[in-house]
Amino acid sequence: MAEVKYLKLSGLEPLIVTPESNFINVGERTNVTGSRKFLRLIKEEKYEEAIEIARSQVEGGAQIIDVNMDEGMLDGVYAMTKFLNLIAAEPDIARVPVMIDSSKWEIIEAGLKVIQGKGVVNSISLKEGKEAFVHHAKLIKRYGAAVIVMAFDEVGQADTYERRIEICKRSYDILVNEVHFPAEDIIFDPNIFPVATGMEEHKLNALDFFRATKWIRENLPYAGVSGGVSNVSFSFRGNDKVREAMHSAFLFHAIKNGMTMGIVNPEMLEIYDEIAPVLLEHVEDVLLNRREDATERLLDLAESFKGENKSSEKVIQEWRNSSVQERLTHSLVKGIDEFIEIDVEEARKLCAKPIEVIEVYLMNGMNVVGDLFGSGKMFLPQVVKSARVMKKAVAYLLPYIEAQKDGKSSSAGKVLMATVKGDVHDIGKNIVSVVLGCNNFEIIDLGVMVPPEKIIETAIKEQVDIIGLSGLITPSLDEMVCLAKELDKLNIKIPVMIGGATTSRAHTAVKIAPEYAATVVHVNDASRAVTVASNLLQEETKEAYTQSVRAEYDKLREGYLSRSRYKNFLSIEEARKNKLQLDWENYQPVPPNFIGTKTIEIELTELIDFIDWTPFFSSWELYGKYPAILSDEVVGEQATTLFADAQKMLQQIVSEKWLTAKAVLGIFPANTINDDDIKLSTFDFRLLTLRQQSQKTAGAPNIALADFIAPKESGKQDYIGCFCVTTGFGVDEKATEFEKQLDDYNSILVKALGDRLAEAFAEYLHLKVRKEIWGYAANEKLSNQDLIEEAYKGIRPAPGYPACPDHLEKPTIWKLLNVEQEIGVKLTESMAMWPAASVSGYYFAHPESKYFGLGKIKEDQVTDYAKRRNISIEEANKWLSPNIAD
Amino acid sequence: MVLITTELKKRILVLDGAMGTMLQRNNFSEEDFRGERFKDFPHPLKGNNDLLSITQPEAVKKVHRLYFLAGADIVETNTFSGTTIGMTDYYLEDLVYELNFQSAKIAREVADEFTDRPRFVAGSIGPTNRTASMSPDVNDPGFRAVTFDDLRIAYKQQVEALIDGGVDVLLVETIFDTLNAKAALFAIEEVKEERNLDIPVMVSGTITDASGRTLSGQTVEAFLISISHIPLLSIGFNCALGADQLKPYLKRLAMNTSFNISAHPNAGLPNAFGQYDQTPQEMQALIKEYLQDNLVNIIGGCCGTTPEHIKAIAEVAKEFKPRQILETI
Repeated sequence: MAEVKYLKLSGLEPLIVTPESNFINVGERTNVTGSRKFLRLIKEEKYEEAIEIARSQVEGGAQIIDVNMDEGMLDGVYAMTKFLNLIAAEPDIARVPVMIDSSKWEIIEAGLKVIQGKGVVNSISLKEGKEAFVHHAKLIKRYGAAVIVMAFDEVGQADTYERRIEICKRSYDILVNEVHFPAEDIIFDPNIFPVATGMEEHKLNALDFFRATKWIRENLPYAGVSGGVSNVSFSFRGNDKVREAMHSAFLFHAIKNGMTMGIVNPEMLEIYDEIAPVLLEHVEDVLLNRREDATERLLDLAESFKGENKSSEKVIQEWRNSSVQERLTHSLVKGIDEFIEIDVEEARKLCAKPIEVIEVYLMNGMNVVGDLFGSGKMFLPQVVKSARVMKKAVAYLLPYIEAQKDGKSSSAGKVLMATVKGDVHDIGKNIVSVVLGCNNFEIIDLGVMVPPEKIIETAIKEQVDIIGLSGLITPSLDEMVCLAKELDKLNIKIPVMIGGATTSRAHTAVKIAPEYAATVVHVNDASRAVTVASNLLQEETKEAYTQSVRAEYDKLREGYLSRSRYKNFLSIEEARKNKLQLDWENYQPVPPNFIGTKTIEIELTELIDFIDWTPFFSSWELYGKYPAILSDEVVGEQATTLFADAQKMLQQIVSEKWLTAKAVLGIFPANTINDDDIKLSTFDFRLLTLRQQSQKTAGAPNIALADFIAPKESGKQDYIGCFCVTTGFGVDEKATEFEKQLDDYNSILVKALGDRLAEAFAEYLHLKVRKEIWGYAANEKLSNQDLIEEAYKGIRPAPGYPACPDHLEKPTIWKLLNVEQEIGVKLTESMAMWPAASVSGYYFAHPESKYFGLGKIKEDQVTDYAKRRNISIEEANKWLSPNIAD
Repeated sequence: MVLITTELKKRILVLDGAMGTMLQRNNFSEEDFRGERFKDFPHPLKGNNDLLSITQPEAVKKVHRLYFLAGADIVETNTFSGTTIGMTDYYLEDLVYELNFQSAKIAREVADEFTDRPRFVAGSIGPTNRTASMSPDVNDPGFRAVTFDDLRIAYKQQVEALIDGGVDVLLVETIFDTLNAKAALFAIEEVKEERNLDIPVMVSGTITDASGRTLSGQTVEAFLISISHIPLLSIGFNCALGADQLKPYLKRLAMNTSFNISAHPNAGLPNAFGQYDQTPQEMQALIKEYLQDNLVNIIGGCCGTTPEHIKAIAEVAKEFKPRQILETI
C-alpha cells in the first residue's frame, strides 16, 4: 500500500501542502537582498520595526516567511539568530513556518538552531560538489527541516530545460537514495530568470521554467517546485503596473504546470483576471515566447503604464478608525506597539491626570487580555507581548506622571518577587513582575530557587512593600507555608501575594493565611496583580482591603475545612469527651426580658441600613466586596449601574409597599442534656445538635451547638431563642408582573432585593433581641459593618448552614413558634422555606458562642442521631448525607 | 533479547507511574539525600531526586520493582533532570554521566529480576528547566537562557550514559518547548551514528494550556510535524493533564501519525493543595475509554500515579488489542 506523502511544515501551527492546497505564498519582504528598507532596519539594529515587516507579511497572507540576511556588511549568523528569536516571541508571526534563506551554510545552520517548528532551508545545491551537498542535506534532515534544492551543479546554474531536469534528477536521486531524505521534503527551485531583457538567450527563460516544473512534478515523486517570482520582471524595475501583471501571469502558468510554492510580494501582485487584457496579452506573449517581437511590443506598451505606481502609503488598517479605548485594547491584545504612543497621547489629553490613562484605558485593555488568557483564547507568549506594549505605554506616560507628582517618588511601591526554594519555574512570576512594573511598581526580582532567608533578608533590607511568592510544583506550596511562618515569627508585617500554577485561593486561605498575622492574598492572574497590589498599598483602601481579604479567607477556610477529605475521625463518644468546655461555674446566663413567643411586623424602611450588599453583587456574578466593588477595575462599571437600579427599586419597594416584613420569635428556658441535646425546660421540646467528629489539633475541641448552652448538671438555668423572619410576601407577585412585561432584569432584581431584605431583617431582629427583647447585650454599639462582620456577641445559626446542617430542626422550630399560622411561612417537603425570602434560626447568647462548620461526621453519630430523632437510620442518612464522611 | 518493537506489535505495553512522589514517601532528609559520599558537599542537595540513584539506590530500585510487580512492562530511569543543565542548580554538573549510568544500571538490574515476560528500561530524558525558543526575560524577547548547542551537548552526554547503563529505549518526555526536544533528538541521532547502533526513541510532549498548545505555543499537529523527522518508536503526551483532558489531544495525534501512540497522563488535575485525587479505579475507567477507542500502544501514568494506578491500568490494558498502525512502505 502506497502512503500518501505530503510536505508538512510547522510554525506554531501546521502547514500541510496537499494537492488541494492552493499555491503556497512565501513572504519575501524580510529579505535584505530584496528589500532596502528591511536591510536598513537590520543594519541599524531596528529589529522592532523589522519585525513589523514580518507581521505585515503574515497579515497580508504569507503562509511561510522567507528570512534572508545575506549582505556583505552584516554578521549574517548574528542577524539570522536574533531576528528568528525575536519573531518566535510574536505568536501571530511565529504561527507560520520559516524559510531560512541563505547561500552560506553557517547562516542556515544558525537559523535551524533557533526554530522550534519545521521550516524550509533555502537553499542547497550541487554547486560545491556532491560531498558538501550530502553533508548539508544530512544535517538539515537531522535538524528537521524541508529543503529547497537549486538547479545548480559543479558546472553552473541550469539555464535550459535540459540542464534543469538533469540537475534536479541527479539531486533527487542522491537525496532520496543516499541521504534517505524524505522525498516530500524536497522542493526544487529550477531558477526563475528575467525575461524581456532584449537578449536572445533569455527568451525561453519563463517557458523553460514552466516545462521543467511540469517534468519535475511528473518524474520526481512527491517533490515540490518553488521559485523567486520577482526575478522574472527584473527588466521592468520602476514600472510596478507591468511588474505586477508579469508576476500574476507568470504564477498563473507556473501553477498550472505544478509549481507548489513561491516567493512573492503579495503587494506586487495583480489579480490575474483584473490585468488589462491588452497588457495581459503582451505579457503572456513574452512569458510564453509567442512572438518574435514580444519583448519590443511589451517595452513599448510599458511606457504608457509608467508613473502609475501604487501609492506606497499603506492603507490605514481599519481598526485605526475605532475609539481610543478600542485602539488601545487592540494594541494590547495584539501586542502591537506601533501606535501605542500616539494612542496613549490621545488618551492622556482626555484624562484629568496622566495616571488615569493607566488606571482606566490601559487596565481595561489588560483586563481583556487577562480574560482571554483565562479562557484559553490567548496563550502565554501573547500575554507577555501585551505586557511589553503596556510597558511602552507606561514609559511614555512616566514623564507626565512625574511632572504631576511634585518630585515625590515615582514608584507605586516596592515589590519583591521570588520563586520559592526548590522551584525553578518563573514564567508566571516574570509576567506578574512586568505587569506590575508597567504599573509603576518597583520590582526586586530575586529569581528562582530563592531560599526563605534570602527573601526575608532582602525584604527587610530593601524595605519592600509587598512580597510576591511564586511556585509551580507541589512542594512549593509547603515552602510558602514555611516562609509565612518564618515571617510571622520575625513579626514582619509586609503583605504577601501568592501566585503560580499549583497555588489556589483555597490553599492560601487554608494553609498559608493562618500562619501569618499580616495579609496574605492569592493572585491568580497577572492582570489582577495590579489591582491587588494597589489595594494593598493605597492608604485609602489598605485597611478595608486587608480586612476584607482576611474575612474572605477566614470564611473560605471554615467552609473548606468542613469538606476536607483527608481526615481522621473520633468516635462520637471520644468527640463528646473532647467537647467545648465553657466555664459554667463562673458564668451567669442573662435572664431574658421576655420569655415566650411573639410576632413582629415592621416598616421596610427600617431594614435598609441593615442590608449587606456584597452577596447581592455575587448573586449577579459580580464578585467583590461592597463598596469597593463599585470602583472595581473589571466589574466596577457594571456593579455601579446595578447598584443604581437596585437603589431605585428599593425606593419603590418601600414607598409603594411591595413587600411586607413579618417575624416570629421565641425565647425559652433551656439546658443541654446528654451532651448534644438542648431541652426546653417548660415545653416538651428537644433541639438536636450535631457534633464535629474530625480529629482536631491538640487543644481544639469538637464542637456542637449544645456546648453553648449550660448543661443541666451545671445547675444554671440557661435560655435559647428561635426565630423566623420573612420579607418574601409580594416578591413572587412582583416578579411575575415583571416577567409578563418581558422584564427579566427587574424580575431577578426584585427577588435579589427580597432576599437581601430578609437577611437584613434577620440582622435587625437579632440586634433587637440582643439589646431589648432578650437584652443580654443591652449596651452594645456596633456599626453596620461590624454587624456584617459578625462582631456581635452571641450567634444566630440557621438550620441547613454549616454549624447545624440538619434541616430537620426546622419542623421543630415551626412547631415551637407556630410559624406557619403566625406569619405564613411554610416548609416544603425538602424543608425549604416558602416564600424564599425568609430566614430562620436559633439565638445563642453565650459570649463565647461562635459560628463553626460541622464538617464530616461518621456513621456512629448518624445512628445515635437517628435514635434521638426517632427516625430510621436510612432517613437520617438521607438528611445528613452531605455531612457523612465517605 | 526481545525487541520492544516486537512486543509492541503483540500487545499494549504498560509504562510505569510517578517516581518523584513515590520517592517522597521516604521523607528523605538532607542527610539522606547526601548519603556518605556527599556529606560535606557545600550546597544543599535535598530535592535532587536524580541523585538518589547514587545515594539511595535501594529506594529507587524499590520503586522500579513496585511498578514491575504492578504490571508495568517499561520503567523509566530516575533521570528526569539528569543533564548538566538540570544539575547546575545543584552544582552537580560533573556527576551527570555517573547519575545516568547508575540510574540506568539499577533499573536494568530490577528489570532483569523479572523473567516471566520481557521487561524494558526506558531512559528518561526530561525537558530541562530552560526553554530554547522562549525568553525568560520579557523585556528581551530575543534573549535565550539556553541554546540549541548547549542542549545538544548536554543531552548527548545523558544519552551516552543511559545507553552505557543498559537502557532499551530512550524517552524524550514532558516536552514543553519543541526546540529542546529537537536538540535531544539531534543528539540521539549523533550518538546512533557515531556508535553505529539503533535504539528506539519515544517522544512525549506536554499540553499545558487551555488553548491546547505546548508551553512554547505549538498546536498538537505542529508539534507532531516538528519532531517527525526522526524515526520514532512512539509519540504521545504526558503530564499536565489528566486522562480525560488529554484524550482529545491524543486523538488528534493518533489521527495524524503512523508512529505508535503513548500516553502517560496525570492522575487527574491537582486539587487546591496540589494533590492528585484520582483513584486507580477512576483512572482505570478513563484509560479504558482510550482502549475502547483503540487509541494507544503504550500506556502509563505521570504525576500522582502510583503502583496501584499502574496495576489498574495494566489489568484493563491486558484486555485490549494495541492501536493498529497504518502500514508504511
